[in-house]
Amino acid sequence: MSAHASHAPKRSGLWDWLTTVDHKKIAILYLIAGGIFFLAGGFEALLIRLQLMYPESSVVGAKTFNELITMHGTTMIFLAAMPIIFALMNAVVPLQIGARDVAFPFVNSLGFWLFFFGGVLLNTSWFLGGAPDAGWTSYTTLALNQFSGHGVDFYVLGLQIAGLGTLIGGINFLVTIINMRAPGMTFMRMPMFTWASFVTSGLILFAFPAITVGLVLLMFDRLFGGNFFNPDAGGNVVIWEHIFWIFGHPEVYILILPAFGVISEVISTFARKRLFGYSSMVFATALIGFLGFMVWAHHMFTTGLGAIANTLFGLATMLIAVPTGIKIFNWLLTMWGGQIRFTTANLWAVGFIPTFTIGGMTGVMLAIPPADYQYHDSYFVVAHFHYVIVGGLVFGLFSGLYYWWPKMFGKLLNETLGKWNFWTFFIGFHLTFFPQHFLGLMGMPRRVFTYLKDQNLDLGNFISTIGAFGMTIGTILFVVNIFVTAASSKRAPADPWDGRSLEWAIPSPPPEYNFAQTPLVRGLDAFWIEKVAGNKGMTPAEPLGDIHMPSPSFLPFLMSVGLFIAGYGFMYHNYVVVVIGLLVTFACMFTRSVKDDPGYHIHEDEIEEKGVKA
Amino acid sequence: MATHHANAVLPDEPEKATLEGKNKLLGFWLFLGGETVLFGSLFATFIALRDQTNGGPTSQQLFDMPLVAAATLLLLTSSMTAVMATLALHKKNLKQIQVWLTITVLLGLGFLGLEIYEFMHYVHEGHKISTSAFGSSFYTLVGFHGGHVAFGILWIVLLQLSATKKGLTVVTAPKFYLASLYWHFIDVVWVFIFTVVYLMGMIGGKVG
Ligand code: HEM
Ligand SMILES: [Cu+2]
Repeated sequence: MSAHASHAPKRSGLWDWLTTVDHKKIAILYLIAGGIFFLAGGFEALLIRLQLMYPESSVVGAKTFNELITMHGTTMIFLAAMPIIFALMNAVVPLQIGARDVAFPFVNSLGFWLFFFGGVLLNTSWFLGGAPDAGWTSYTTLALNQFSGHGVDFYVLGLQIAGLGTLIGGINFLVTIINMRAPGMTFMRMPMFTWASFVTSGLILFAFPAITVGLVLLMFDRLFGGNFFNPDAGGNVVIWEHIFWIFGHPEVYILILPAFGVISEVISTFARKRLFGYSSMVFATALIGFLGFMVWAHHMFTTGLGAIANTLFGLATMLIAVPTGIKIFNWLLTMWGGQIRFTTANLWAVGFIPTFTIGGMTGVMLAIPPADYQYHDSYFVVAHFHYVIVGGLVFGLFSGLYYWWPKMFGKLLNETLGKWNFWTFFIGFHLTFFPQHFLGLMGMPRRVFTYLKDQNLDLGNFISTIGAFGMTIGTILFVVNIFVTAASSKRAPADPWDGRSLEWAIPSPPPEYNFAQTPLVRGLDAFWIEKVAGNKGMTPAEPLGDIHMPSPSFLPFLMSVGLFIAGYGFMYHNYVVVVIGLLVTFACMFTRSVKDDPGYHIHEDEIEEKGVKA
Repeated sequence: MATHHANAVLPDEPEKATLEGKNKLLGFWLFLGGETVLFGSLFATFIALRDQTNGGPTSQQLFDMPLVAAATLLLLTSSMTAVMATLALHKKNLKQIQVWLTITVLLGLGFLGLEIYEFMHYVHEGHKISTSAFGSSFYTLVGFHGGHVAFGILWIVLLQLSATKKGLTVVTAPKFYLASLYWHFIDVVWVFIFTVVYLMGMIGGKVG
């Protein structure tokens, strides 16, 4: 092996953040960027709801409305939900499996910067002639040049760049979980959040290449005269729908499984019981992941695939209710007879259960093809998917953030503000989306920018908008909470919740090498086992020694900037710019592959002996 | 085992000797899993659109067996030489690796040359990406594969150059191993392209 530098390269401030390959810092980057996009998407939602507050109003106008719904959906899914999930995975998974690091620290940081610059590219459309306006599903032919503006080009290229980031992020976590577990951490001893991250990463690996292809085809049609989706030249629009949903349906499970993982951790911690039915939970998670790939065509019941196909996809969809039901009952049985503490994190988790169940029930209703002909593209669908995405995923993310905040930042979020945050958001949420079921059943179509007076749609829409303000207040309170917490000087202990899994065995926030000595895992709920046995901490599986760390690098940032530049070149047919951008990216790849990165060592005597005792 | 003096310290199967190497190997296999979905989607699109010629040239009019057969031969042979490179890797013989990879690269370049010639010829015949849905799906699928070949060539050449300086180590060994894995993958994809695009296209008639 080549010689190692023996000291960490000293970097500070902004430069440190731009070059970091530490998964815990990348987690924070994901959280900040995803959080900002969440606020942007929320602002767009608020404008949508303001426009729909009263009949026949013209707060934003039809064109802007189309841009708003498109950007809202796209932003929330790709630029807010996914990154915040990645934030939690980065912050928690390596700690839960007792690893020093992720498998590919460099790739991890590249994944973040690709997502970031893809998202920025997408959002610059607002200032460069208009945002995409064909819906977050970008259905063709609507999304082709004849019917939609330049904005869709931003969608195509922005999502392509961000999607690449997600894909390599997924591979990183798969390899990390398979290869980097501490001794004794068998698969059936892994915490549920790690399991969920594992299955989610697998779904990412098989779902994202499909959208990659879809976006390439759409790009060829829009920018280079391709005819994939142009019926006049033999193209076929249903191909887009297939490809989009072969990606899109697994995507919603990519979103929800990590939330399930969070809920499992939080509920068992705050009920002070081991998770009920752990192995059935693992099985259910894997089964949901598998079935998630089998059901994409339930988004296409009305495209004329035929009765047989519709029936099969309908049945397959309903099957998912079985493993999901298993999970719901396991959570309830975990709480049964437990010593429950209603911290804010647990409030979100408990609030999740009935809310998500409602969303699941409307999902089964939508899976009945003849009934779907009635619900299709109505507000009933909007209500359904917000019950699962917001009532499921966003609640889960809030729960996870309150739970792991001390591990990420070394401070506990304020509980009083947290409870206000929960209740305003929770009540606001149900006010917003519950009436939408009825609006849909009464005939209000999805994606319309206004509606007529006195058709029984006025009251529902009005309540819905009021609810949206409730959620806005909730979100603002969360932001306030972050600042209040940051300003307070109280530090969080290593194990503030009396936790069960490994991440609580080391200081909050953990040192850069996570575990001074790799821990020895003796069972499920590894840390809890040691606590019950009266041990102060984990038994180490290795003697104290030098720790090898990867060096920071500016290349991931630069590589992403290269693609960002090339993206504009493609959009404006300026091939000089394309070449410059790609050259930057390739030069970085070249540098990376030719220059070996030996990393550096942290010496034994520099390692603070706080976490694990020898 | 061959005991070339300078490499005597290198462990057996040097590509798997370190955790970094093992991670790379697993990560790369997973990446190829994703690539399978990518090409699968492109194949599905091509199969759905292959008869949609919109008045432009059809596959029967365009395809030419000897040319495609020659390209196939080049690429299949290059997969074999890549196997030889991996065998040389396990013998820890850098020189042999370099020789076999050079042959692989040359064969790959030959393949690419034929493909470029083929595309130019087709465009001449009025078969463009904008001619028909068949044209779009043909160039996208075959071109994507060609892009993979080009990338592979670049990658292997870079590896060869840097290995002349660094030699064969536990750091470079996994890279050699992965490059040849990648090369086999694009070869397998080509076998499918040869069958689905060219053979089925030349037989003609509606399939499915
Ligand atoms: C914060 C409160 C939110 C409000 C008030 C809100 C409101 C809305 C409204 C009114 C629409 C337009 C429906 C239509 O006319 O088709 C919409 C669409 C959508 N929302 Fe939300 N939403 C919120 C949060 C979220 C979140 C957190 C997500 C995902 C994580 C999300 C995902 C979507 C998606 C995917 C669409 C579909 C967009 C489309 O049809 O193209 N929303 N939302
Ligand atoms: Cu679905």
